[in-house]
Amino acid sequence: MASRNLRSSSTAGKRTGQAAKHAARTTPTAAATPHAALPAALASWFTQKGWTPRPHQMALLAQARARRSTLLIAPTGAGKTLAGFLPSLVAACEPPAGELKGAGLKTLYISPLKALAVDIARNLTQPIAEMLLPIRVETRTGDTPPSRRARQRVRPPEILLTTPEQLALLISGEDAAYLFADLETVVLDELHALVPSKRGDLLSLGLARLRALAPGVILTGLSATVARPTELRAWLAAQTSPHQAICLTDAIELRGGARPDITILETDDPLPWASHSARYAVPEVLAAIAAHHLTIVFVNTRLQAELMFHELWKANEASLPIALHHGSLDVAQRRKVEAAMAAGKLRAVVATSTLDLGIDWGDVDLVIHIGAPKGASRLIQRIGRANHRLDEPSKALLVPANRFEVLECRAALEAAEAGAQDAVVNRRGSLDVLAQHILGIACAGPFLPEALRAEVTTALPYADLDRHDFDRVVDLVATGGYALRSYERYARLRQTDDGRLRLAHPRFAQQYRLNVGTIVESPMVKVRLTRTRGASGRAGSKPFSGGRVVGELDEMFAGELKPGDAFVLGGETLRLEAFRDSELFASRATARDPIVPSYPGGRFPLSTHLAQRVREMLAAPERWRELPAPVADWLRLQEQHSSLPSPGEVLIETFFHGNRHHLVIYPFEGRLAHQTLGMLLTRRLERAGGKPLGFLANDYAMSIWGLGDPAALIASGRLDLDALFDEDMLGDDLDAWLAETSLMRRTFRHCAMIAGLIERRHPGKEKNGRQLTVSAGLIYDVLRRHDPDHVLLEAAYRDAATGLLDIGRLGEFLRRIRGRLRYVPLERASPLAVPLLLEMGRIAVGGDAREDALREAAEQLLRESGLAETGSPQQRQ
Amino acid sequence: MGATIGADATPALSFEARAMQIRETEIVADRSGALYVPAEQSLVVADLHLEKGSAFAVRGALLPPYDTRETLRRLAGVIDRYRPRTVVALGDSFHDRRAEARLSQCDLSALAGLQSDRDWIWITGNHDPEISPSVGGDVRTALDLAGLVLRHEPASGPVNGEIAGHLHPAARVLLNGMRLRRPCFVASSNRLVLPSFGAFTGGLNVLDEAFAPLFPAGTFGVHLLGSTGVYPVAGSRLCPD
Repeated sequence: MASRNLRSSSTAGKRTGQAAKHAARTTPTAAATPHAALPAALASWFTQKGWTPRPHQMALLAQARARRSTLLIAPTGAGKTLAGFLPSLVAACEPPAGELKGAGLKTLYISPLKALAVDIARNLTQPIAEMLLPIRVETRTGDTPPSRRARQRVRPPEILLTTPEQLALLISGEDAAYLFADLETVVLDELHALVPSKRGDLLSLGLARLRALAPGVILTGLSATVARPTELRAWLAAQTSPHQAICLTDAIELRGGARPDITILETDDPLPWASHSARYAVPEVLAAIAAHHLTIVFVNTRLQAELMFHELWKANEASLPIALHHGSLDVAQRRKVEAAMAAGKLRAVVATSTLDLGIDWGDVDLVIHIGAPKGASRLIQRIGRANHRLDEPSKALLVPANRFEVLECRAALEAAEAGAQDAVVNRRGSLDVLAQHILGIACAGPFLPEALRAEVTTALPYADLDRHDFDRVVDLVATGGYALRSYERYARLRQTDDGRLRLAHPRFAQQYRLNVGTIVESPMVKVRLTRTRGASGRAGSKPFSGGRVVGELDEMFAGELKPGDAFVLGGETLRLEAFRDSELFASRATARDPIVPSYPGGRFPLSTHLAQRVREMLAAPERWRELPAPVADWLRLQEQHSSLPSPGEVLIETFFHGNRHHLVIYPFEGRLAHQTLGMLLTRRLERAGGKPLGFLANDYAMSIWGLGDPAALIASGRLDLDALFDEDMLGDDLDAWLAETSLMRRTFRHCAMIAGLIERRHPGKEKNGRQLTVSAGLIYDVLRRHDPDHVLLEAAYRDAATGLLDIGRLGEFLRRIRGRLRYVPLERASPLAVPLLLEMGRIAVGGDAREDALREAAEQLLRESGLAETGSPQQRQ
Repeated sequence: MGATIGADATPALSFEARAMQIRETEIVADRSGALYVPAEQSLVVADLHLEKGSAFAVRGALLPPYDTRETLRRLAGVIDRYRPRTVVALGDSFHDRRAEARLSQCDLSALAGLQSDRDWIWITGNHDPEISPSVGGDVRTALDLAGLVLRHEPASGPVNGEIAGHLHPAARVLLNGMRLRRPCFVASSNRLVLPSFGAFTGGLNVLDEAFAPLFPAGTFGVHLLGSTGVYPVAGSRLCPD
């Protein structure tokens, strides 16, 4: 029976999408006629609601009856969640199969977002109540009160909705075997978002453990459309002999759905050259909000959310109810916004990705995306929010923040229309995550190392883990993994008589539970509201204390602020009064412009796929007609004054600007890869006598600026561009630079915290004592010198290579451009370079520049105080 | 033999070390965080906190067991450059009372090697109020040297030429838009506090109220430890944490 939602409507108009046929592909196990397969209670409930179960939902049910793990791929609005739970609801209608072996927990649902779990619970409780099914649904997240969490271990519900971190905690309990003995199904939601990350690694290990505790359990993965479903199917399946064949689960894939209706905003006001705020578009954004029922305004970063929210309210004469939602806001505040959205009380919400994933929010009929979406998949998933009926087009408006973003938006739009996707890249499981998992397993009870290794290698990210690396990680957990074997007596794991490893002392379990989780974001500083103190708070003034917590700030950003600086948080403008005990005290600022924090773009770099499209677009002047006039003009000017980069080459320019010589490169490989490239090229330029001072990088280009003239060096032959861009920079130069850089320190710190080497929280009170912790940077330095092969250093390097530094991408870039450099020496800055030069990004400098700056400042000080020769102590000014 | 800096040499406008004066006594602040007193050919280091790593390990935080080795390595380096007649360890040389027992044989030998051919004085600190003979040297609670008083913890109340440790001074500075936080010497014409020398030791910002009683009316100068030099820093560049 066809679902009524398959009927399409086609209307005239340029931008309306066409309906596409549903293509539901199932595995050989055929789906029976819908109603016949459903128990009476369910069937009549469907009839009552006027709904019909869709083919893919019935197919998944058939899979569950056959006890086969499955991946369901469908766009938003296809009823994935109901599909995921239908088997459990069906099972609840039928008489139980046998005696309970454990606590009676049958279905576990895992989502990456707390809010999602809460929302699903809300949506499930209703039908269960209406069908009078004798089962309970509960959530378990970081927000669940301890008393309920304790009760859930003893008397769990039949269906538990939770997060990966909670799962890690649950399997680390001594009662884990009892808790999961009756588990039949694990539903994994938004799988595409979870898998390619350390959280995914940890989850895969948790699932491997569940398979051991409940051998009959099946996994159901729910995912948005992705380029390569095979990778997710492999991730879901238990791997047995990966060197012969990768096991895959079955898959059900839904294609089609209406083409999205996406437009790029064009305004009368000129597009800025370099900006990430999109302030210029506020009037149009407000007009769009007024013309729709409920709009979500997506931005890439928390800080952009604050700014846009602020700007919208400044112009919000009609007082439309507009709310703000992002991860730094107080939890209670976020819940309020979510509830108001679902109840239809809001007209718009400005949000970052916390609202991103599959939550079914009321009647969203427009998605506005501020700034470039950075990836086609992200765009598609986000616009899926608007109008979640499959066959009607979702509506989205892209608002580029500057000229270059117009290109990105255009590329993203075309990609979305073509249905193209970014790939989910399968990663090797992190060793620090494995360490955390092993410690958790030890907390549950003694284990046989070889058995655990076999279990762990059934998880795809760890399928290739060899004996040696496993042992190193066990050693890391037990004694810290040091070449110097001095910690045997302090070991956290000890051997039992029968060759198992056990936790040496219960307090290690306590430590573990306090620190679990891989979401090691940039540490956050709590912001408390207080009264203003007038002049900037100095040491020695009255103590700050108490005050309501307004939210949190990124520690790096907080570090840039001085007392007296103003910033925006939770929609309010606040003034920094003081830092005390790792908290920030701020008062309400008077009405003046807040600081716009310098954040070059969002956290995500331009995806490879989009970058390719942008390069192609630039090289095809006949396509510029589709671009707004100022942007097309800009590109034409570039063609006149310099040259346009073609997809197969990389453009390199030199010019003199702002009192410095610039060497500009246009790789289009994303900000992270460019930053790494900048660091490495700076070193090389230094050796060639180029006297570089620093560099700027954004998603499409980078510029190294300095005192030396690279054009002259190139002309005279002293600088060879081919040699400069040789891939060998990823060898010694990279190693040497990695040795010094603070990026590596930060990466190492993440790994050390995840692996449990550095604790985030101690049992007992945290004193304001400087001796309570040792900074990760100091540990890193000592470890590098005395134990360079340490497993955590290796883990950090791997992270840096794939993540922060995007070394893999950089390597591919260098190989691609080998021998294809187009060099254009110029007198003045080229049009294409202008946005980069105007960028208010952080100027990253290499290690030596700090030392030089210190030296310069010291010399200046000595000269000024006339103490150049003697260097006696000076008065503080 | 390494390069020596004898009693009369004053470094030129290089930043490898900075010559200063406390009262009438000439001293040299070295880029390693050590202090040299030319008149007595004595080298002073503070807050070594040896075996801090293992102290954490005892409590279950398995920090790398190499901090003692690294601290002694750096100390060997600066001893090699100055060839002092006397080395003074200005308190908190050991992270806790049992630290000496946790020292490895290897580290004990390294220490003994540094102690041979010279005098070695351990000043007691709050972390190490008692020091056993097994680590060599002489133990004192304070020391008079070249007209200055050397003690671990800065005295409250007026002093007349004091060198102390204990506070682990560090400075956060703003330079060309970059922020840097490093250990530092902090001094007036009357007293000086050394940075902590130990590999795993952190620092307390000189703008913290703990320093205020020592330097009335904020009259102090800061010398920051860079990677290859020690640099005077203008007060206007100092930032709180």
